[in-house]
Amino acid sequence: MLPFIAKRLVRLVATLLAVSFLTFLLVNLLPGDAINALIPIDAQQDREFVEQVREEWGLNDPMIVRYGRWLGDAVQGNFGDSIVTSRTVSSEITHRLPVTAELMIVTVLFSVMLAIPLGVMAAYREGSRVDQVISGMAQLFLSIPGFVAGLLMIYIFAMKLGWLPATGWNRFSNGLLDNLKTVILPALSLALIEIAVYTRVVRSDVMNTLQENYVLSARAKGLGNRYILFRHCLRPSSLTLITVVGLNIGTLLGGTVVVEFLFAMPGLGKRLLDAIFQRDFMMVQGITVLIATIYVLVNTAVDLIYMVVDPRIRKAD
Amino acid sequence: MTDSMQTDSVDPGRTLLAVDDLRTTFSIPAGDVKAVRGVSFSLDRGRTLGIVGESGSGKTVLARSIMRLNIGSNVTTTGTATFAGRDVLSLSMSEMQEQWGMEMAMVFQDPVTSLNPLVRVGRQVTEHLRSHLGVSRAEAHKTAVSLLNEVRIPEPEARLKAFPHELSGGMRQRICIAIALACEPTLLFADEPTTALDVTVQHQILNLLGREQRDRDMAMVLVTHDLGVVAGRTDDTLVMYAGKVVEQSPTTSLFASMRHPYSEALLRSLPRTSHASHTRLAAITGRPPDLIDPPSGCAFSPRCPYVQDRCRDEVPPLTTGGSGDDPDHAFACFTPVGSPEGAEAFARNVSDGLPQAVAVDLPTGDQMSAPLPTGNERIV
Repeated sequence: MLPFIAKRLVRLVATLLAVSFLTFLLVNLLPGDAINALIPIDAQQDREFVEQVREEWGLNDPMIVRYGRWLGDAVQGNFGDSIVTSRTVSSEITHRLPVTAELMIVTVLFSVMLAIPLGVMAAYREGSRVDQVISGMAQLFLSIPGFVAGLLMIYIFAMKLGWLPATGWNRFSNGLLDNLKTVILPALSLALIEIAVYTRVVRSDVMNTLQENYVLSARAKGLGNRYILFRHCLRPSSLTLITVVGLNIGTLLGGTVVVEFLFAMPGLGKRLLDAIFQRDFMMVQGITVLIATIYVLVNTAVDLIYMVVDPRIRKAD
Repeated sequence: MTDSMQTDSVDPGRTLLAVDDLRTTFSIPAGDVKAVRGVSFSLDRGRTLGIVGESGSGKTVLARSIMRLNIGSNVTTTGTATFAGRDVLSLSMSEMQEQWGMEMAMVFQDPVTSLNPLVRVGRQVTEHLRSHLGVSRAEAHKTAVSLLNEVRIPEPEARLKAFPHELSGGMRQRICIAIALACEPTLLFADEPTTALDVTVQHQILNLLGREQRDRDMAMVLVTHDLGVVAGRTDDTLVMYAGKVVEQSPTTSLFASMRHPYSEALLRSLPRTSHASHTRLAAITGRPPDLIDPPSGCAFSPRCPYVQDRCRDEVPPLTTGGSGDDPDHAFACFTPVGSPEGAEAFARNVSDGLPQAVAVDLPTGDQMSAPLPTGNERIV
């Protein structure tokens, strides 16, 4: 167990170094100049002032030097300041991360909790009307992009029915119910595709598991169908689901950018988008490294969950 | 025609299972696979029956049909299987659920895949105890420990906490037997219980099954491809070929005089320690018939050393031999082994150079003149 975690830590550090360097490189390659964000265009006539600001922000140093400086600070927990808001990147992130994290957690929980019963039901009644309806819905959800789903949700639930607010965000501290009200629609827009993908994954895995001999022997013992499905089939059928959920965290993070924009949520995704447009390189750098960290941590957690689910993996590792 | 012989001599109060004209068909895109084609037999309480045949003879499908474990919408089973007075083939699935484990249980061929790899042995031994009998967790645990003791598993407490992959194959089959015995069924199907095991373990498992069967006065159906397994272990034996019973007899009488050429061929194909080493295995030439479109006449006729023209056109009925034969010994053959007709047919086939007859006629051990394998021989 301990060597496993040590191995993973080394991998995390290596990933972060690579990701942060590549991001630095990419932002550097983008056309446009950070100076535009620092000084208004009309004030840029003053060459001396521009030069002074460039020197101050270290924009004149070679890229590798700037990266080294960023890395040195970052190791000490200082991720620099945003060029646009002049707040520190860390405070900006701690302010916005909870919004995105909540959105993602609600989305994942919601879609997994819905996909498991749907997938199991479709697999158990393979080829039946129930299966056709579930599989058909999955197909439909799969072909609706998040922003279309978001617009539809706003139209139906916010404008027509008036059940939920169309945009905005209530912090957790404002009360759980108000908080939930603002997270439901964005999470649902993101969840549609997730539900579709997970339902199909669960369906096909459970269908395979149902062919296993141990399912036949469970039946021959006279156990009930529901017991067999949920106490014998579900665990062996969940390995693919866990993998896909872990890998999908990346896609989901991408999805939050669009959805946070659509629902005007003060989350990280929207902030990242703004930062890229404004050439706010410190901000881009900070958020990217954070996302990479989350991604690596989630997938390490996935590997740990494997061991919990399948005792044979525990032994092998 | 096939059921009359057994039911006459049977006391209805003792009869546990009476199968009549059972047929099971699987519909697949290539056609209808007639896996079981009209099987009848009966089994008394506390008695044992061996069902013998090569792969694809329908013996496993027969056992699973009686237990209603052939799942899928493409399976049809007709006929009756009267178990303790009720036709199980007409029961609903929820009624079957009460029979499974409680009244009928099954030990499967491969203990490695029959146990759920992600569930501790303890739960797998006790879960149906708890659902069927509603016993408490502690009580079920106690029963499990005594069951594991009974099937000779050392340190049962520790084994119950283990996962299946932490146990050996023989140990896992013992667990499967313990599971099958847990609710004290009146009928146990053992479907090739030793095929997947080491030779050294096979014997122990068969002895264990035999002992449990006797101690519990439980009826047992032992399905196997190995005639050697049923010898001395079962009261009666059914030999199946291509979904039909070709020979049906008390086991002692069967081994005293095998009448069907297929039974004889099965027995001959067993390797013997008394043979000189490197003796060629007496495999049955040819391959099992196509069950979608079975041959007309006797299904074994294309491979039979005794075959006559009549066998290719007419299906021989399952009948008893003449006077002096065991009245419970039935076989489906026009030219049975050990009869004048059989000897005559065999001699004629050898002189005609019929390959399957010539292959048998060769003295075993004479390698020099043995024909080369045809390539589609199947070792049973």
